[in-house]
Amino acid sequence: MAGLELLSDQGYRLDGRKATELRKFQARMGVFAQADGSAYLEQGNTKALAVVYGPHEVRGSRSRIRHDRAVINCQYSMATFSTAERKRRPHGDRKSTEMSLHLKQTFEAAVMTQLYPRSQIDIYVKILQSDGGNYSVCVNAATLAVIDAGIPMRDYVCACTVGFVDETPLADLCYAEEGGGVSSLALALLPRGGQIALLQMDARLHQDHLEALIEAAMTACKGVSKVLDQVVRQHLQEASVPSAE
Amino acid sequence: MLKSKTFVKKTRSGGVMKIVREHYLRDDIWCGSEVCTECKQESTALQRDPCMESNLCSYPHYVIPDTNVVLHQIDVLEDQVIRNVIILQTVLAEVRHRSAPIYKRLKDIVHEKEKNFYTFTNEHHRETFIEREPGESANDRNDRAIRVAAKWYSEHLKKSESDTDPLKVVLLTNDQGNKQKAEESGLLVYKCEEYIKSLIGNPELVDRLALSNDDKNDITSSKVLFPEHLPLSRIQAGLKNGTFLQGTFRASRDNYLEATVFVQGEGEESTEVLIQGLQNLNRSVYQDVVAVQLLPRDQWVAPSSVVLQDEGAAKDDNEEEGEEEKELRVSAAEAARKPTGRVVGIIKRNWRPFCGMLNASIIKESTRHLFTPADRRIPRIRIETRQADALAGQRIMVAIDGWPKHSRYPNGHFVRTLGSAGDKETEQQVLLLEHDVPHQAFSQAVLSFLPTMPWEITPEVMVNREDLRSLTVCSVDPPGCTDIDDALHCRELDNGNLEVGVHIADVSHFIRPGNAMDKEAANRGTTVYLCGKRIDMVPELLSSNLCSLRSNVERLAFSCIWEINHEAEILKTRFTKSVIKSKASLTYAEAQMRIDDTTQTDDITKNLRGLNKLAKILKKHRILKGALTLSSLEVRFHIDSETHDPIDLQTKELMETNSMVEEFMLLANISVAQKIFDEFPDCAMLRKHPAPPPSNYDILLKAAKSKAVEIHTDSAKALADSLDVARVDGFPYFNTLLRILATRCMMQAVYFCSGMDSDFHHYGLASPIYTHFTSPIRRYADIIVHRLLAVAIAADKTYPDLMDKQKQSALSNNLNYRHKMSQYAQRASVAFHTQLFFKSRGILNEEGFVLFVRKNAIIVLIPKFGLEGTVFFDSKNKAAPNVVFDEEGPSLTVEQHIFHMFDRVTVTISLDASNIQHQKIRMSLIEPVIPGVSVSAPEVEPLAKKPRLDR
Repeated sequence: MAGLELLSDQGYRLDGRKATELRKFQARMGVFAQADGSAYLEQGNTKALAVVYGPHEVRGSRSRIRHDRAVINCQYSMATFSTAERKRRPHGDRKSTEMSLHLKQTFEAAVMTQLYPRSQIDIYVKILQSDGGNYSVCVNAATLAVIDAGIPMRDYVCACTVGFVDETPLADLCYAEEGGGVSSLALALLPRGGQIALLQMDARLHQDHLEALIEAAMTACKGVSKVLDQVVRQHLQEASVPSAE
Repeated sequence: MLKSKTFVKKTRSGGVMKIVREHYLRDDIWCGSEVCTECKQESTALQRDPCMESNLCSYPHYVIPDTNVVLHQIDVLEDQVIRNVIILQTVLAEVRHRSAPIYKRLKDIVHEKEKNFYTFTNEHHRETFIEREPGESANDRNDRAIRVAAKWYSEHLKKSESDTDPLKVVLLTNDQGNKQKAEESGLLVYKCEEYIKSLIGNPELVDRLALSNDDKNDITSSKVLFPEHLPLSRIQAGLKNGTFLQGTFRASRDNYLEATVFVQGEGEESTEVLIQGLQNLNRSVYQDVVAVQLLPRDQWVAPSSVVLQDEGAAKDDNEEEGEEEKELRVSAAEAARKPTGRVVGIIKRNWRPFCGMLNASIIKESTRHLFTPADRRIPRIRIETRQADALAGQRIMVAIDGWPKHSRYPNGHFVRTLGSAGDKETEQQVLLLEHDVPHQAFSQAVLSFLPTMPWEITPEVMVNREDLRSLTVCSVDPPGCTDIDDALHCRELDNGNLEVGVHIADVSHFIRPGNAMDKEAANRGTTVYLCGKRIDMVPELLSSNLCSLRSNVERLAFSCIWEINHEAEILKTRFTKSVIKSKASLTYAEAQMRIDDTTQTDDITKNLRGLNKLAKILKKHRILKGALTLSSLEVRFHIDSETHDPIDLQTKELMETNSMVEEFMLLANISVAQKIFDEFPDCAMLRKHPAPPPSNYDILLKAAKSKAVEIHTDSAKALADSLDVARVDGFPYFNTLLRILATRCMMQAVYFCSGMDSDFHHYGLASPIYTHFTSPIRRYADIIVHRLLAVAIAADKTYPDLMDKQKQSALSNNLNYRHKMSQYAQRASVAFHTQLFFKSRGILNEEGFVLFVRKNAIIVLIPKFGLEGTVFFDSKNKAAPNVVFDEEGPSLTVEQHIFHMFDRVTVTISLDASNIQHQKIRMSLIEPVIPGVSVSAPEVEPLAKKPRLDR
């Protein structure tokens, strides 16, 4: 028999989730003291670490300085041990460069850069373990790190990968699903205003299905935002209790 | 909603790779039983009162089968008696992995509501999930998972039931070890055979049980008859290094000890390997994919022309067999040796249930019997049944279970009975099954996609749709037609030109891509018309009602509208979805009458006259371009209204109106083909008719030459022209005969996907491009074309499969296959009805023409009945006359008389029913009189055969 059955007749996916269910979230903020902000996020088996420095003065070429806003510098990398086969190059390959660019675009849309003219914000994200939805986990982790750094944002940026199987959109794809011939779409959303910060898809999908898929992605992103909000609130509480004593 | 999680680690070969997957366990998976009060399920599949009565389990219970039970006993599970079954996810996954066809059947059962099957997702249930223990094999783990789930069910049901006796679950397994372990953990467990046998009031179910391994041993002696099949790994290695060849096994129809294996070579070349002798055939069955090894060149043989039927009902031992084989080898001529080989292994079995009849064993009490399939290429099958008496004289279906190496025949089990042999209904079933025509009633899943009645046209439907209800549209069809898929209109425009519209039922509006109804229709491919019966491609509500363009009701249509001038030149073409209201449904004869009757001047008649005038011009144009008019005799039965027996035979007549409708359908098809090809050069579904290779025409040329007529075959046009002038004085039927012969020279027209082929030409119609658009009710290709056209004019949405040329190509292959099979089935049905007719008419003397001349026979066509039959000149019990065959003529000299093609002969026709499974029409010669060969005119010997028919 060829292939995996991605969605059973009973409506369960390979790992037992239903179509709209997200994977289990586990997050911690402020994992490193030296950096200005940091966060660790697990979405199922995909684990990411995000670190934020800044805002600080622009380093390197002065030509990059923007007089009306801060520049955002992103770097995405994958740990050599993050996949089933050991990776040769942790960063700098085309895929990582592209991903860095995507992250940069996403956060330029979300961070209130006009508050910090002539400065720079660095966001470094590393995938420690990869099990699908790398981009979205990075965005979510970076959001937490930016918040941890105390940099004002318009809203949480929440991202989610969705796929389309048997006329049904599946939320938060895992690796097996991404590889199983699903057309997947990644979407980063500012949930309160409903603005889309980034929408990316390389697969073929019929135009008629696009709307339904985006709709599903937005719902999923809103779900993510709730979880992130909880994480932030919990972190605040933990951080504030010792100081109150 | 609680989610806990564990990890499942898997390793996969091809470089060991560790795959880590999440596995969520849930506590919101319900048990699916009506009695349960704990589970918050919305719908339940399992009934409160499961009504399977069994001696073993007198209490109400649900059944849980394990994987092997499902795999082997799917025939039993499909029975209506078996209900309230829990299919575990573990079982489902294993079945999916092991056998795709059984998986599909299982899924069909699960979808059927009345069967009350429930799929329990035990692998994701918090309480039934188990992890594989160290040292435990995957199979053992699955068995344990099944036991755990069964245990959970029995406890779960105990909890929820308070008042009456609690529901129990019964685990069915054939595995000894599994059964024992289940008993230890306190489960109710039975072997499948035990349980089925205990079911009260269903003795016939027992026969459906497939034989399990331990039963097989006692059925046969331990003598090893066949060489062992090689394991797949060695076959693969052999195929790679070229010692073995892979091919499809094709048994010979006439000789059970001989077969060929068709080896598909690279590119176009393919070879046939001859296999001779039981040992070499090595348990292959027709259509299996096998691996063969070529024998050394000195052992090669020529195919024998001996006819050998396996008569071995009594002789089960193989001594005599050896002699038959020897005889075979001796008869092989030295010259014409062919590559010969032996089967070393089976790569893929292609067993299906076979139709046939039981040869009851001589010993009356015996439960083991041989079964003779209707298809002579299938070996006899040994089955075990207790109802041999009841099954004698019945057509039954049998499935093969296996063929052990010490058994002369394969072992099988009874599937179901079709009815008594010779019965019309039964024979119809048999020919449908043997031609692989899907003819079951539509499943619930399919019917659920039908529109709800009463159906009416809503404003949403009118979006992108033109309102053509005011036009005077009418349909012209054969009498008794209920699936009307085309209607026409014609009116004069203000500028003097004519507007002609062809309106085709908008089936694609009702059948949406990808749903169960669509899949079923795609599988069926075509509606099959048998004599007195129609096997629909789409459910009747659509085919005979909602899609049928009946008169005076509003129907959705897909219209193709041309502006045409009076010289029948097309000025403008447009396509639109529309709503029409047909003003009249006419038959060809009625339409013809209206046209001919000059007193009638109503709109419809004017319409028809306009159409008829244009059609004539169109036809002229087409023939000028070189379209062929071929001929084949089609017969029509007059069926008795009460007994439904054929009472008269008549060849179909063609009227002007037939060709009128046909002309516009062709025009529509060509216009649509052009449009969809322009729009989708890669994935248009088209139809082509390749030009036949010149060698095909040999027989036609020779035949024409013998009557001093010249036929040119360099092009379709040359052929058409020369056929038109081919006449012989005093022989008016000659031209028709020639056209019949020309038809036989043609290739099959096929559907194909435009992206996969470069030659689109339709030879017969002399059109550079062609497709089928006009009969979506009865052909699936038309539905696809409708969808393509709808997308092209932006009236409908597209979907991924429509644009995928690989999938389109696979679909057209299926459609071509179904189309071919349906034609065979139609012919078989006509043949059967012809037999019935001659059975009722007794013996007839008729005049006919020699159509072909063969080595030992002539083939005679009786124009009156459109019937073809063979007159043999050598028969078993008579001394063969002196027969000389001349291939050049072609002619056959029998004693003194020389037979040429097209000779006029008189034959007597009777029914030969000596073999009840293969009744056939027998013809014997009356005129010309050849002593010792022809028979005298009055009915003599065939009468003796008649009484045996009526038993």
